[in-house]
Amino acid sequence: MSFYFVQFLSGLAAAATLFLVSSGLTIVFGVTRIVNFAHGSFYMLGAYMGWSLIERWGTTPLGFWGGVALASLAVGLLGALMEVGLLRRLYRSPELFQLLATFGVVLVVQDVASAAWGAEDLLGRRAPGLKGSVDILDQPFPLYDLVLIGLGPVVLGLLWLLFNRTRWGTLVRAATQDREMAAALGVDPARLFTGVLFLGSALAGLGGALQVPREAVTLHMDMAIVVEAFVVVVVGGMGSLTGAFVASLLIGQLQAFGILVFPQITLVLVFLFMAVVLVIRPYGLLGRAEDAPPTAASPGPPLVLAAGLGRWAPALLLAVLALVPLVAGDYALIVLTEVVILALVAASLHLLIGLGGLVSFGHAAYFGLGAYGAALMVKHLAAPMPLALAAAPLLAGVGALIAGWFCVRRSGLYFAMLTLAFAQIAWSVVFQWYGVTGGDNGILGVWPPGWASGKAAYYWLTLALAGGALLLLRRAAFAPFGYTLRAGRDSALRAEAVGIDVRRHQWLAFALAGSAAGLAGGLYAFAKGSVFPTLMAVPVSVDALVMVLMGGIQTLSGPVVGAAVFHLLETQAMSLTDWWRLGLGLIIVVLVLAFPKGIAGFARDLWLRRAER
Amino acid sequence: MTAAPLLTVGNLQAWYGRAHILMGVDLQVGRGEVVALMGRNGAGKTTTMKAVMGLLDARTGSVGFDGRDVSALPPHRIARLGLGYVPEDRRVFTDLTVEENLEVGRQPPRAGAPAWTPERLYALFPNLAEMCGRRGGRMSGGEQQMLTLARTLMGNPSLLLLDEPSEGLAPRIVQQMADAVRALKAEGLSILLSEQNLAFAGAVADRACVIEKGRIRFDGPMRTLLDDEEARRAYLAV
Repeated sequence: MSFYFVQFLSGLAAAATLFLVSSGLTIVFGVTRIVNFAHGSFYMLGAYMGWSLIERWGTTPLGFWGGVALASLAVGLLGALMEVGLLRRLYRSPELFQLLATFGVVLVVQDVASAAWGAEDLLGRRAPGLKGSVDILDQPFPLYDLVLIGLGPVVLGLLWLLFNRTRWGTLVRAATQDREMAAALGVDPARLFTGVLFLGSALAGLGGALQVPREAVTLHMDMAIVVEAFVVVVVGGMGSLTGAFVASLLIGQLQAFGILVFPQITLVLVFLFMAVVLVIRPYGLLGRAEDAPPTAASPGPPLVLAAGLGRWAPALLLAVLALVPLVAGDYALIVLTEVVILALVAASLHLLIGLGGLVSFGHAAYFGLGAYGAALMVKHLAAPMPLALAAAPLLAGVGALIAGWFCVRRSGLYFAMLTLAFAQIAWSVVFQWYGVTGGDNGILGVWPPGWASGKAAYYWLTLALAGGALLLLRRAAFAPFGYTLRAGRDSALRAEAVGIDVRRHQWLAFALAGSAAGLAGGLYAFAKGSVFPTLMAVPVSVDALVMVLMGGIQTLSGPVVGAAVFHLLETQAMSLTDWWRLGLGLIIVVLVLAFPKGIAGFARDLWLRRAER
Repeated sequence: MTAAPLLTVGNLQAWYGRAHILMGVDLQVGRGEVVALMGRNGAGKTTTMKAVMGLLDARTGSVGFDGRDVSALPPHRIARLGLGYVPEDRRVFTDLTVEENLEVGRQPPRAGAPAWTPERLYALFPNLAEMCGRRGGRMSGGEQQMLTLARTLMGNPSLLLLDEPSEGLAPRIVQQMADAVRALKAEGLSILLSEQNLAFAGAVADRACVIEKGRIRFDGPMRTLLDDEEARRAYLAV
C-alpha cells in the first residue's frame, strides 16, 4: 500500500515539472496561436543554464534558488527575443510557417547548446538543504520532490492571479480572443505578445532548471519534453491553464502507474490516452471549440494544370533523371535515389496538407511502416524484393486507414496532434516489440537481389516506382477526387452542402498518402539495407513537413523541389561541417522570412509577374 | 467656423482580395459634428470605417486626423490618438466580464475630449451597471451593443466611428442608442456613424454623406437629404 502511495507522489512530482512546461506552451499558444516547437529547447536551455549557475553558486540555498530563478529569467528573455526577431514577422503567415520557423530555432539551439556545454550528459548538484528524503508510510521519498509537488499549485495560483487580477492579464485574454479588436482599442498586440513569449519561455526555463537535481541534463531533453507537453496541452484543451494542470496530473499518474501495470507498452500509454481523450472530448478536457479552426494555408490561387511546355515538365524531368546514371558516379546516384524517395514522401504529405488542408505531424509513421513492412517480409518470410516492396504500401496503407479513421474526425491542430499520437504509437510498438522488430537494433540485411543491387539499377527501379507514384498523385490532384479534397479544404460546410462526404474523401486521401509514403519507405529500406525505429520518430515527420513547406504548399512541384533542396542541403552541410544543425536551422528561418510561399511558390510568382509585364 | 475638420478622408481606396470596394472616398467630419454615412448593404460603409481605422492592409489614399496623417499608422496607434472605433458586429470579448471589457478599452484622459470612467458610463447605460460582473458572452445583443460603445468610450476618444449602431436591435434599444448618441454629441464628441436606418440617422446627425459603389454621391446637411425625396430614392431606395 505504502509503495503505491509513494509511486503516486512520484507521479505528482513529475506532473509538477510537466505542468510548468506545458503551462508556458499553452499560454503562448492561446495568445499567439503559434505551436511553438522551440518551447522544448527553452526547457533544455533552462536546464543547461541552471546547471551552470548551480555548479557555481548552488552550495547555499540562496545560490541554488537564485540560480534557478536567473536561468528562468534568461530563458524568458530569449523567448522575448525570438518573438521580436522572428515570430512577430510571421503572425500573418500560415500557421505551418510559424511552426517551421520555431523548428529552425530548435535546430539552432541544439548546436549552440552542444557547443556551449558539450555532448556529454551533465549531472547536477542536489539542492542544498533538500538532499535527504523523508519517510512516508515507511518508504523514503526525496524531500526535493515534495517541494516540486507544492510548486505546481503555487504556480497555477500565481498565473491565475496574473491573468484574472491584473490589467496586463485582462489585455492578454482580450487579445487572445480578438487580436484586431484589441488593437482597435489602442492595445499594442506586438508588445503584449513579447511579454507572453517572455512569460511562457521563462516557465519552460524554470521547469528545466528545476530538473537539474533530478536528472541528467542532455541534448535530447528538448524533443522529449516538447512532445509530452504537446500531449498535456492537447489533452487539457489548447489555451486552458487549468486544463493543462489537470492533464499534467493525469499524465503524471499514468506514467507512474503505467510502468507497474503495463511495462510492455509504457511508451504508447500516454499517446493512447490522448487519442482516447480526443475521440471522447474533441477539444480536450477543458478546451472549447475554436471559432476559426487554424488552417494550413491561406487559400491561395487555385491550382491550374500548366499549359504548353509546363504540362510536359514532369515527364520531361523524369526523362532527364533517367539519363543521369550515364554521367553520374555512385555517390551521386545514392544521394539522388534518396532525393527521389523523399520527393515521394513530401508529395504524399502535400496531398494531405496542400490539397486536403490536413496538416499531419506524423507522416513518418507511414514511411516507417512501409520500411518495416518490407523489412519484416524479408526477415521473417525471406520474401523476395518485389513481394517485400508490395507489402510496404500495403502495411502503410492499412495503418493509415486505421489511424485516418480517427484523425479525420478532427480538424486543424487537433488533427495534427492525433496524427502525432498515432505516429508515436507506431514508433513505440516498433521500439518495444523486440521479438518481432528487433527493437532498437532494427532489422539488418535488407538488400536488393543481384539484378537490382547496382547503384544505377536500384536508382532506375526507384525512379520507375516512385516516379510512377508521383505521377499518380499528380493525376489525383487534377481528378475530381482532387477537386473534392480542395473543396473540403476551402469550405467543409459548403462542400457538404453540395453533397460531398468531406470526411470520407479526407479518409481516402489519408490512406492514399499513407500508402505512397509506405512505398517510399520500402524503397528506402532496400536502399539502406536496414531499418530502425528512428525512421518513424518525430524528427522524420518534421523533416517531411520542412520539405513540403520549403517547396511551398501552393504548387504541386513544391514538395519535389523542397525534398531535393532539403536533402542536398542536409547531406552537403553534414559532410562539410559539424555545425549542420545550426546552418540548417538558420536557412529554415531565413527561408520562412524571405519566401513565405516557399521556393516553388516564389519562383511561380516571379514567372507570373514576368508574364504579366 | 473656419476651423480645420477633425477627420479628413481623401481619395480613400480599399480592396478585399481582388475586389475593389472603395473607389475613392472623400469625406470630412468637423469638430463636434455628427455625420451619418448612409448607403445600401455592400455600398462600402463598413469598409470605409475599417480603412480609416487602419484595419485593412490593402488601401490607398489619405486619412488625416487632428492635423496628422494617420494613413500609415497601425490601428493601436490610431486609437491612441483619439479615434474610437465601434464595430458593427460588436465583437465584445465574450470571455471577459463587463468590467474587464471596459478595462481593455481604458486609455489615459486626453485634452479636448470628454473623459470617461466606468461610473460615468454606467450612468449613461444603466443596464450595464446591473451586470458589471457578467461575462460578455452572456448578454443580449442590445446589451452587447451598449457595452461595445462604452468600451470604446473608455479610450476617451475625440472622434467616434460608430458602425451601424442600430442594426438588429429592438426599437426600444434603438431609442436608447439614439439618446446615447445625442448625449455624446452634447459632451462635445465628434461622430461618424454609418446607418441604413434613415429615421435613426435623421434623429441624430447634422450632415449626411451617401455612399454608393465605393464613392460618395451626396454630401450635405441631413435636413436636405430628408427633404429631397428624389435623392433618397436614388441612393437609399426608401
